[in-house]
Amino acid sequence: MSDVTELETPGGSIGVYTRPKANTGWRDWITTVDHKKIGILYGATAMFFFAIGGLEALLIRLQLATPDGTVLGADTYNRVFTMHGVTMVFLVIMPLAAAFANYLLPLQIGARDVAFPRMNALSFWIFLAGGLFLNMAWIVGDAPDGGWFAYAPNTGMIFSPGKGMDYYAIGLQITGIASLISAMNLIVTVLNMRAPGMTLFKMPVFTWMILVVQFLLLFAVPVITVALFLLLFDRNFGANFFNPEMGADPLLWQHLFWIFGHPEVYILILPSFGIISEVIPTFSRKPLFGYPFMVFSGIAIGFMGWGVWAHHMFVSGIGPISVAAFSVSTMFIAVPTGVKILNWLATMWGGRIRFNTPMLFASGVVSMFTIGGLSGVTHSLAPADTQQTDTYYIVAHFHYVIFGGALLGIFAGFYFWWPKVFGHLLDEKWGKWNFWLMIVGFNMTFGPMHILGLQGMSRRIDSYSPGFGFEFWNMFASIGAFIIAVGVVVFMVNVVISARRARTAPPVGLDPWDARSPEWFSPNPTPAHNFDEDIQINSLDEFWHRKYGEDEDGRVVRVATAEEVCQDGSATDTHLPSPSYWPVVLAAGLPFVGFGLMYTLWFCVPGGALVLMAIYGWIFEPVDDPDGPHGHGGHGDEPTEDPPSEERADDASAETTEEAPVG
Amino acid sequence: MRPPRPLRRPPLADTAAVSHGHGTGTGLSDNKLLMWVFLGSECLLFGGLISTYLIYRSRFGDGPAPGDIFDIPFTSVSSFVLLMSSLTMVLALSALQRGDIRNNRIWLLTTALLGSLFIGGQVYEFTTFVREGLGYSTSPFSSAFFTLTGFHGVHVSLGILMLMSLLISSLRGTLTTERSETVEIVGLYWHFVDVVWIFIFTVIYLVPSPTS
Amino acid sequence: MSTATESPVESHEAAHEEGHDHPSDRRYIQVAVILAIVTALEVGTYFVHMPGEVLIPMLMAMMIYKFFYVAAWFMHLRFDSPLFTKFFVSGLVLATIVYGITLTVFEFWHKG
Ligand code: HEM
Ligand SMILES: [Cu+2]
Repeated sequence: MSDVTELETPGGSIGVYTRPKANTGWRDWITTVDHKKIGILYGATAMFFFAIGGLEALLIRLQLATPDGTVLGADTYNRVFTMHGVTMVFLVIMPLAAAFANYLLPLQIGARDVAFPRMNALSFWIFLAGGLFLNMAWIVGDAPDGGWFAYAPNTGMIFSPGKGMDYYAIGLQITGIASLISAMNLIVTVLNMRAPGMTLFKMPVFTWMILVVQFLLLFAVPVITVALFLLLFDRNFGANFFNPEMGADPLLWQHLFWIFGHPEVYILILPSFGIISEVIPTFSRKPLFGYPFMVFSGIAIGFMGWGVWAHHMFVSGIGPISVAAFSVSTMFIAVPTGVKILNWLATMWGGRIRFNTPMLFASGVVSMFTIGGLSGVTHSLAPADTQQTDTYYIVAHFHYVIFGGALLGIFAGFYFWWPKVFGHLLDEKWGKWNFWLMIVGFNMTFGPMHILGLQGMSRRIDSYSPGFGFEFWNMFASIGAFIIAVGVVVFMVNVVISARRARTAPPVGLDPWDARSPEWFSPNPTPAHNFDEDIQINSLDEFWHRKYGEDEDGRVVRVATAEEVCQDGSATDTHLPSPSYWPVVLAAGLPFVGFGLMYTLWFCVPGGALVLMAIYGWIFEPVDDPDGPHGHGGHGDEPTEDPPSEERADDASAETTEEAPVG
Repeated sequence: MRPPRPLRRPPLADTAAVSHGHGTGTGLSDNKLLMWVFLGSECLLFGGLISTYLIYRSRFGDGPAPGDIFDIPFTSVSSFVLLMSSLTMVLALSALQRGDIRNNRIWLLTTALLGSLFIGGQVYEFTTFVREGLGYSTSPFSSAFFTLTGFHGVHVSLGILMLMSLLISSLRGTLTTERSETVEIVGLYWHFVDVVWIFIFTVIYLVPSPTS
Repeated sequence: MSTATESPVESHEAAHEEGHDHPSDRRYIQVAVILAIVTALEVGTYFVHMPGEVLIPMLMAMMIYKFFYVAAWFMHLRFDSPLFTKFFVSGLVLATIVYGITLTVFEFWHKG
């Protein structure tokens, strides 16, 4: 990083270091502000955490496979299941959704990037910092052991001494900042940067669902921020927010957590709803049935998700009126969810369905999510929930919605958009193995948990005695868990062999799936500048409508090939935002501040210094560097060594037909 | 190869070229939209802290009660100071929009000074409370009170930092009329912090509090 | 959420025009004077004794008036795009509803 310290002179501004120039190698990945690369970074990081969270899951299932398990002690068991939940929710599903949102949202609205490219990079690096910080607890301190919802006062100093819950609170605080920043960024992007002609109701459903999710994040993150601060202050500065001895009310945490928590579950699921709403029409060769209903039910879920949180507290003693009210509101929220399911089914109905891997995963979502939604409705009835709560029945419910809904949807997205991102398809045969192993393993693992739960097996208990009739289904579930693991390994293998094969195979072509939405206007893989020229949007599914028209009898006929419709990615006059070091520097400061709060405030000094330096560097750095890289070629063709900057300025101006309107 | 035509706008939202909203979908500047979106989010943050306070305001245990300890005349003065800083903030903006750099600087400085005065008042209030036996750990009420007003104080302090940065930028000659939107956006933040205090002042201080 | 303008060109022009007719300094000072008077009234209630049923609604009314007066004039919501108002108000309304319900569940209103 030697060139970081060279001062740049123009304007004599202080604190401006030379811009990173590299377009290749690790430095490019550190400094990139390209939404596509950031999307890939999000995805890769989340898959790394997925491996960690998956290992934790396997440990849990090993421990529970037989009665009186001895694989983990009670204490370790608590840490493992807590970190499993936190990792899967905050470090896997949310960032995977962010990966898709980052990569696809600008493409789907026909934009060149997001509204604030550097802030976009910042969200990723802060997320990574928070994720690493959380997992640091395994190495440096003791891992959190209070469950993903961390009920206070159980998570206060008295019952959770040690640093575990501090790692939880600070780690989630940091990832929360990341979510908030990217939420604001994407909202502005959608509102301000849509292609000409793309009204809100010509926007692809995926983009719509991501927009709803960003609003949920925008308003839900500050609530958990408050909760986490209160917990931190209780633990570290002797505050009394959750200390019943001093007259505090333990329900306060539960309310704050679940006011955030229920919108959070929609933050997890809606991106997948969006993904399969793109996949299902494509593979059914029919337009999405009831597009406006899809959009409005998404918005309705977003709104109603704010009015049901206390269904997590039916047995906490909130009083009969509250229980009744939240019970009713919870039943209502199933309505818009049902609307979506019916619309997907109606889209498939009568379509000429191709069961390629993305479609398999998407139908997996529809069926598995329905089961999870129905079990959700069973615990919206408070009397029933009193039996079910804190048992494996709940564990079954949320895995059906989160694994069967959110994660399978994300896998549908992987298989569907892999060619868009990497320029080659994933292998179909391995893909089908991947799907069937996962879906069979999943149902073996979580299906029996309904039974176990209704039999009375409590969640979060590290072992069970023989003789209650729990043995068989627990063993069965543990076998299922390992089948899922094999499924995931198959996916990884698929990624590797498909990439290998792609080196020799012919390129994937422009439109491998006969797709519908505007991201496919650009070639595969997407060139750095996304689009050569603006796309004029005249209808929903613009891409499809340019390929197909009607003949005299009103039959749908192909009128244009993908080659005629797509752009060739050859534009060279585009001006892209310049990379920057500051996002990663700023993010690097935050964990130090976190350690400072936990151990000694001295750590806050370097942390704060990094943050301040980065903020000032950021402000004084011109957003756009006239010498910066211009878009040519995709990021797939990495090894284009950068010419030294003087030459580069010349060749840039030579090929610049129009000066970008930036100062 | 088709003749290349540039996209409607490059995504360089935080540059002067698009900061006035030229060529954006809504016709609004990205930066200003961003600030408003952020302020919407802040409502939920302060809402959470204020509710926590309200739930706990009568749980003061053996410690001082809010009704015993609040010094309404003093807080009224500091609230007034903060309110007036909103006026000076808006005057700073309007000066810059007219191209009146000198008055812009004066008003920015005044705003920062009024803000600091408010913070000074808060420090004084806190120390007095502590002397009167209301520590951070005294009761749920005390924790909630200090946390709520402390969060507000941190917001004001960040605002002061931003104002000082603007002032430095102005002294270096880079804060010109074309960049008045930056001042406007900092102003939005500043006024927001002010309206939050308007809420806090009434609901926490003026509405009669429990006494012991 | 479905609030973006459908016709970019029109709203663009509108926003542009409005951008230039900010109120005069004198108007801002008038606003501040009114705010100061309302604040004085608010503080005045502290020295006058009246029953809570009268006092609290009065205080709330004055608080809300001040709140929106600052938002309208100093934060320019009066002249600026309604979209900004929508964002801000959605945050406010959501916060009011959600935390209002929470306070209700805590039976806050009974005691207070
Ligand atoms: C049809 C819609 C749904 C309904 C009616 C519903 C209802 C419920 C209810 C009543 C509970 C509380 C059970 C208890 O703890 O006693 C619950 C728990 C849970 N739900 Fe749902 N739910 C629905 C959809 C979802 C979705 C889409 C997700 C996530 C993507 C989700 C994730 C969860 C999680 C994680 C928990 C357990 C939280 C915990 O205790 O750790 N639910 N659900
Ligand atoms: Cu819920």
